[in-house]
This record gives sequence, C-alpha cells and structure tokens, in this order.
Amino acid sequence: MRKLNADVVVVGGGSTGTGVVRDAAMRGYRAILVERADLAQGTSGRFHGLLHSGGRYVVADPLSAAECAAENAVISRIQPAAVERTGGLFIVGPGDDPDFGDVFLAGAKAAQVPAEEISPGAALRLEPRLDPKLRRAFQVLDGTVDGWQLVWSAAASARLWGGQILTYTEIVEIIRGSEGVRGVRAVDRKTGEAIEIECGFLINCAGPWAGRVATLAGVRPVEVVPGRGVMVAMAHRLVNRVVNRCAKPADGDILVPVHTVCVIGTTDVKVADPDNLAIPRAEVRQMLEAGEALIPGFQQARALHAWAGARPLVKDDRVDDSDTRHMSRGMAVIDHAARDGVAGLVTVGGGKLTTYRLMAQHAVDAMENQTGRRHPCRTADEICPGQTPGRNYLVSCRLQEREADRLDDQIICECELVSRRALLGLWDEFPQASLDDLRRQSRLGMGPCQGGFCSARAAGLACATGKADGAQATGLLRDFLANRWLGLAPVLYGDQVRQTALDYWIFQGALDVDHLPAAPNRPAEPPAAEDQGSPPTRRQASLACSAGPAVAGEGVSL
Amino acid sequence: MSGQDSYEHNLLARASLDHCVKCTICETQCPVAAVTALFPGPKYVGPQAERYRQGQSVDRSLDYCSSCGTCTLVCPQGVKIAELNSVARAAMKKDHMPLRDRLISRTTLMGAAMRPVAPLANAALACRPLRVLAEAAVGVHRDAAMPTAQRQTFTAWQAKHQPPDGAGRRGTLVYFHGCAGNYFEVETSIKSVELLEHLGYGVLVPKQGCCGLPLQSNGLFDTARAWVRRLVAQLDKAPQDLVIVSSTTSCSGMLKHEAREILGVEDAALRAVGARTRDLCEFLLAEAERGELPLDFAPLDLTVPYHAPCQLRGHGLGTPAVQLLRLIPGLTVVESGAVCCGIAGTYGLKKEKYAIAQAVGQPLFDKVKEVAGDLAVCDSETCRWQIEKACGVRAVHPVWLLHKAYGLS
Repeated sequence: MRKLNADVVVVGGGSTGTGVVRDAAMRGYRAILVERADLAQGTSGRFHGLLHSGGRYVVADPLSAAECAAENAVISRIQPAAVERTGGLFIVGPGDDPDFGDVFLAGAKAAQVPAEEISPGAALRLEPRLDPKLRRAFQVLDGTVDGWQLVWSAAASARLWGGQILTYTEIVEIIRGSEGVRGVRAVDRKTGEAIEIECGFLINCAGPWAGRVATLAGVRPVEVVPGRGVMVAMAHRLVNRVVNRCAKPADGDILVPVHTVCVIGTTDVKVADPDNLAIPRAEVRQMLEAGEALIPGFQQARALHAWAGARPLVKDDRVDDSDTRHMSRGMAVIDHAARDGVAGLVTVGGGKLTTYRLMAQHAVDAMENQTGRRHPCRTADEICPGQTPGRNYLVSCRLQEREADRLDDQIICECELVSRRALLGLWDEFPQASLDDLRRQSRLGMGPCQGGFCSARAAGLACATGKADGAQATGLLRDFLANRWLGLAPVLYGDQVRQTALDYWIFQGALDVDHLPAAPNRPAEPPAAEDQGSPPTRRQASLACSAGPAVAGEGVSL
Repeated sequence: MSGQDSYEHNLLARASLDHCVKCTICETQCPVAAVTALFPGPKYVGPQAERYRQGQSVDRSLDYCSSCGTCTLVCPQGVKIAELNSVARAAMKKDHMPLRDRLISRTTLMGAAMRPVAPLANAALACRPLRVLAEAAVGVHRDAAMPTAQRQTFTAWQAKHQPPDGAGRRGTLVYFHGCAGNYFEVETSIKSVELLEHLGYGVLVPKQGCCGLPLQSNGLFDTARAWVRRLVAQLDKAPQDLVIVSSTTSCSGMLKHEAREILGVEDAALRAVGARTRDLCEFLLAEAERGELPLDFAPLDLTVPYHAPCQLRGHGLGTPAVQLLRLIPGLTVVESGAVCCGIAGTYGLKKEKYAIAQAVGQPLFDKVKEVAGDLAVCDSETCRWQIEKACGVRAVHPVWLLHKAYGLS
C-alpha cells in the first residue's frame, strides 16, 4: 500500500483532467491526477484532430464559437508543437443551400470568429481536390491538433509545477468523511499495488466515465450521455486545410488533415457504455460517402484505420436525450456541494478539446468557490515546457528530422519515420510501456502499413536491448497487432486489403505469431470495440480480404 | 496555367502512393541506392516521404535520385515512384536552381554554341586545366563524359541531301532527331535517314527544338512544359497522319509518357504525337515481324555488348534492338544485364554526383570491357558518351550496324 497526500485529486487523464492538474498545480495546490489507462487514451485521443476556429458553432452555439476562437489562439501559442495552423475552409457544395453562407458569415461576425469569403476558384487553387462544382467558400482559422501531444505537454507543465500524474491507476473508492471528500483508494494496474491518497478535494474529469466516478462518490447520479463518433483516417493528406461543409452541422462533414493522414468525421450515436464502442461498417460507409461529397474520388483513396470515440456530453434537460448532436457542447461544471451537499467534489463534463484549458480553469475556479481560496489562473500565459514559442507543428517536421539523422540512425517505423533512438528514448522514459503506449507517443505503426513491418522490429528491439525476453516481446507484439486490427477490420477494401493480406501473411504465415510462446503482458487497455478484441483468425482474415468495398454492398461483418 | 496543371498532376501521381505496400522491391532494384547511402532510396523518398510534403520538399537527399525510372518500372503495385520524386525535386529546387543545372539542361544552346568552333570546343572539353576550372566555376565534373561537337549539323546535311530513287515508294515518315541528334550525334541521324530511305520511305524532317527533358530532369518544369508543347507543334507541321520515327530514345520517351506523367502536360496534340511516335528499332522490328524488312544483310563478324538504357526500358517495349541486330548474320549481341550506366541524362555530369554515377555504371563498364573489342551498342546518346568515356570504346546506336549490314557504309 502506497500512501500519498494532496490538496486535490483529479480523476481522468484526458485533456480536461490534465488541464485541471496543470491549472491547480500552477495555482500552488498539491495536485495528483489518476488515470486508469494512459493519458489521452480514451476520448482525447479518439477524435478527428480538429482545433476549432469556432466556425462550426457560429450559427447554433455562438458562445461555444467565441470560446473556440479565443482558445484556438491560446492553445496555438502555449502548446505550439501540438498544433498545426492549417487554416480551414467552409464549403457550400453543389447540393447545399447557398443562403446558409450568409447566415454563417453573420454568425461569424457576431461571435467574433474570423471568416472571409473567397471565390470558388480561389478555394480550388488552395485545395484542388475539392468538388469543382462548389458554390461558395469561406476561409477560417481552423487548425489541427494532436490530442496526445497536447495532453502530454500540459502534463509536463503540471509536473514542472509539482503536479503528480499516475497513469494506469484506477480509482476504486472515494472516501468521504462528514465534511465531504477526504481521499481516494486506487490500484496501480501495472503492478497491482494499492494506493491511498488523502485529499481535501476531488475534481471528476472522467469524461464519458464521469457518471461512474460520481457514483463512487455516492452523489445523486450525474447523467453523461456518451455519443459515439466513428472516424476514418485516410492514408495521406487529401487536403492540407480543414474542410468543413458549410451547412447545419451533420454527420461526416469535416475532413481534417492531421499529421500525415486526413480524418473524416464523424457520426454521432448515443451509446450506453463508453467502454464498448463498436465501429459499425454502416457508419464507416457513411463516413466514406460523406468524404465523397467533399472530395470527389474520396472512396477510391486508401483508408487507413477507423476508430470510435465517445463524446462526454452531460445531459441537458432541454432536448430529447436521444439527440446528442444538439445537446449543449458548452462545458458543464457541477458543484456537488451545492447540488448534493457533498463538499470537496466538482464534476466537469461536456466541452471540446479546443476549449480544454478554459474548462480546466472553470473547474479549478469552482473548487476555489467552494474552498474560498483565490488564486489567479495563469495557464493561458505560460508556454508549456519543451515547446519553442511560435514554432507550430508542420507536417514536414519529421521528414526534416530524419533528413538530419537518417545516416546514423535506423528507422524503425518507415511510414511514420520513427527512429530507433527516438523509440528507445521513449522506452527508457516509460519502461513499462506497451507498444501501444509507445505508439501514442511516437506514432509507431500509425501509417499505411499499420505496424506490418515496424511492430516486429520494435518487439525485436525490446529483446535486443533487454527490455523484454522473447516471450514478453511476443506478448507485446500480439497485443499491438490485436489493437491495430480493431481499426483495420472496418476498412478492409481497396489498397488496405492488399497491405493487410501481406502483413497477415508475414505474421501468421512466416512468424506464426499466434503460436509462439508468449508471456501474459502488462494490463491490456480497456476494450475499445465489441466483438473485435482478438487478432484475426485465418478465417476472419480471409473473409476480410474477400469482403469487397465497404462502400458497395453489405460487406462481411466481422 | 503551367503552375496549376503541375499541381493537379502532382495530385494524380500522389494518389498512386496509396498503392505502396512497403514490399521494398523498388529499393532492391534502385541502382543509386545500391552504391550510396546518400540517397535514401525510392520507397523512402517516394511514397513514404511524399506523405510529409505539402508543396515543399525539406528532404534535400531526394536530389540524389537520378530519375532513371527503374523504381516505377519494377513496382508491382503501380506506384509512380520516379514521377513523385521528379515532382518533389522540382518543388525543392524552385528557389535555388543552380546556374549549372540551368546551363547543362539546354542541349540546343550548347550544340549551337559549340558547332561553329567545333575543333576548339572539343579541344577545350579535352583540356584538363580548363575542365578543372569549369568544375570549380560551374560544378560540372572534370572527368564527366562530354559530347563531341560536330562541324556540320544534321539539319545542314539534310538541307543538301538528295534522297535516292525509290525513297517514298513505301510511304512517308517523319523523323525526330532530338537536339543531340542535330548537333552531336549527327552521324546517327544521317544513318537513320539513309536507312529509312533505303527501305523505301520518304523522310520528312520538320524543324524541331528541344523536347525539354533535360530541363524536366533538372526541375525546370515551366520551361520544360513550354518546350515540349513547342516541339509538339513543330512535329505537327508535318502531315498529322504520319508515323514519327525517332533515334533518340529519351526524347521520344518524353513525348510518349514523361511529359504527361511528370510535367502533367495534358493536351490532345501531345497525346496524338506521342501515340504516333516510334522508337527507330521498335519501328524496324515491327517491319521485320510483318515480313517487310529486307533481310539481305551482309555478315558482320563481330561480338558487341549491348546496353538497354533505362529510358528505353521506361517505354515498355522490351529490347527491340537486340532482336533486330540478331537478324544480322555473324553478329553476336551480348546484353549487358546492367541496370543503368549512371549518367541518367545530366546526373553524372554533376560534380557532387559524378562518383555515384561512375559507381552505378561500374557493372556495365565491367561487362562492356569484358565483351567488347572496340565497339559497344546502346540506344541512348548520353549513355553512349558515358560508356565511351568509361570504357575507352566507341559506342554507337544500333542503326550503325544495320546501316553497315545493308552495305550503306
């Protein structure tokens, strides 16, 4: 049993929780964050990568729009390496109502979201793959953001201010005294060690899981309605700016160039359990068709991977709870002292990644409202550690890095240009890391071949450097392949079938990876999809390969 | 217009990167990656690096690609690797095009400047101190193979040339000689015309400029596009139903596919000209296959090494010269089996690439020296200059042997 002590415990290592622990630490509190998996492993790493300009909300939710516009500038400044300032376009397509463009412009003006109309020809010069029949186009300041980089750099800042971050640590109990929350019990999932943290305050930032955490605290249920969004990454950037459909927000109306891929998203379906997110073929198909509406020929391009994330929307009584799209995206901060008479507890919900910092500020303000202590929030003023002011991410960054070191370093992941030194450096920093943990840090296995070549290299590296023995390395490899498979299975058509068939044959036909002796591994992550939790059997893979385009016909459900 | 069609075209070549499955076949066949680590290899700079480019190329090492096109040829998945690289290189060099690359890409200019002072020019090119100076000043390697200037251009010969009786009885052809064929490889052009006339064809030679290939391979896309369009218009001055025959493999390849696939020039005239253009050996072999090529060859008691240039392989024709030459009694043709001679147009001239080009060509040079007496055969002029310089043999176009076997020389 490990005993710790803090002023405030933050539950949930997504963007909000990490923002809260940073904010609290910067205000001088002893803050500890507990996260049951890896940082940004849940919702904050499972989105399309859009850093909103606010344009999307100017008509329906002007307050959110204004917040996005302001926070976009703040995040681009304080966490430049996580943000690519791509710019964005809102496009009125041939089937869309051109008058909506006027409503959009008026809304943008009112919400102070910079937007400028450009001619269709100018839009096509910027993005030649757009539908040449587009009717109107508006330029906005959308950017793209790496959720993991965002969260880690905020975490690094929190640590610098004395904040502690415990990943793979799951809360099992919230201890309440007569005056409210006085501690939590947790367990380290990698070592099994029990942890008790004495604290005077708890901020619940568990996103889609916030309802469960509130239940542990024994307060009146907090209703979080997880909205499942399915997203599909394409193998290369078909556009270099964010492309939005200029119409009432709907499914699949944003194409986001992030890192080396572009992501079409997203669906929005109410689900019961955020731990059980399916990636239905029909929704994948819907996304591909939506992409086709923005970019003719989209369905012929290579899909790379699909995934589902859960929106952490807090239930709002004003709308029917089956319609998550029109629920408030504004942040909800619930003060349980006022609501339930339980002091020392605040729950944060709703919001968007773009406004995570502001949300954290409101959450810590809510804590200070309860405790009566006041400190100014300084999170917008200080650039996170390891960041060069003004130096935003560019898609070419990593190619430039490898250009400098490729002659004296091996490249482990060729698609995402991960070098041996970079990977081993991360491994030294996180000795307990699974290959999937390293993937989130480095993008290992996130390119077109989806780990087909680099995962075996990485497992071999683990052996060669004494980080794992043969059986453990096999375990690492298998877990990684199983996780990649979750996102590959729904997009097996066209070029990605050829790749998967080759990879499959290497792993099953040459390495016989399923029958190698393997050691049980470090805790697996919470399952992300139902009924797809294991690597493909021979039969599944052969079915997948014959399934044909997901966009035509039913395909074979795995 | 040119800026835009290049970008659109870039997108098309770019789309082909989706087909890459990392099989690495291109890297195993790349002649440059085989000899130097400075070039990261076609898979790396092609389908991999292209995902990181957004209209800018930060990876200077891609300039070590020689544009031989072997990668595209061998890719089983249909990735336009060489084309991707050419487009990326043009983007990279846009802001800092070396003067040297502007100069050596203008074959017409070089030929026109050297012809009036041919003996002097040749002496200068053979003069080591001058070459050392040129290397320092311009960056053309002191030992790089250079063409030999001629006193008379092919067009001057053509203007005075009287076709023999019977030329034209089997129809009329258009002859495309290319700039090297006009200024440097004059003899090859003359023999080509004489051979075609001997076979009964009338030969029209419309005034023609450069196809733009050296400009293209040096990344000067806008000028290259203008030049290939001008050439198409010039060739179209001859009746447009005639077959165009060419003894210059790389330039005809420009008309047939590179102008579209690399420069993104999309117009009907180019397509039509490309479609009726034939490599000379391709044309003659088709005659032979139809039984229309006279086989009254005098025996040539010779063993010659033959090298199929990369540019010819890019046509996807196989090696018609080999099949054709094997019709000559007594002549033994030994194929080099080598991938590339290293010169790749102007690549091997460059100071920083000369050693690489020589290493690329080494297996070919070894083979030529092993087989050749004093003669080697190759379809492409710059490859011939490279072979001559490296092996100390005379390297000729296949038409030379056919011309001789017909008793025309």
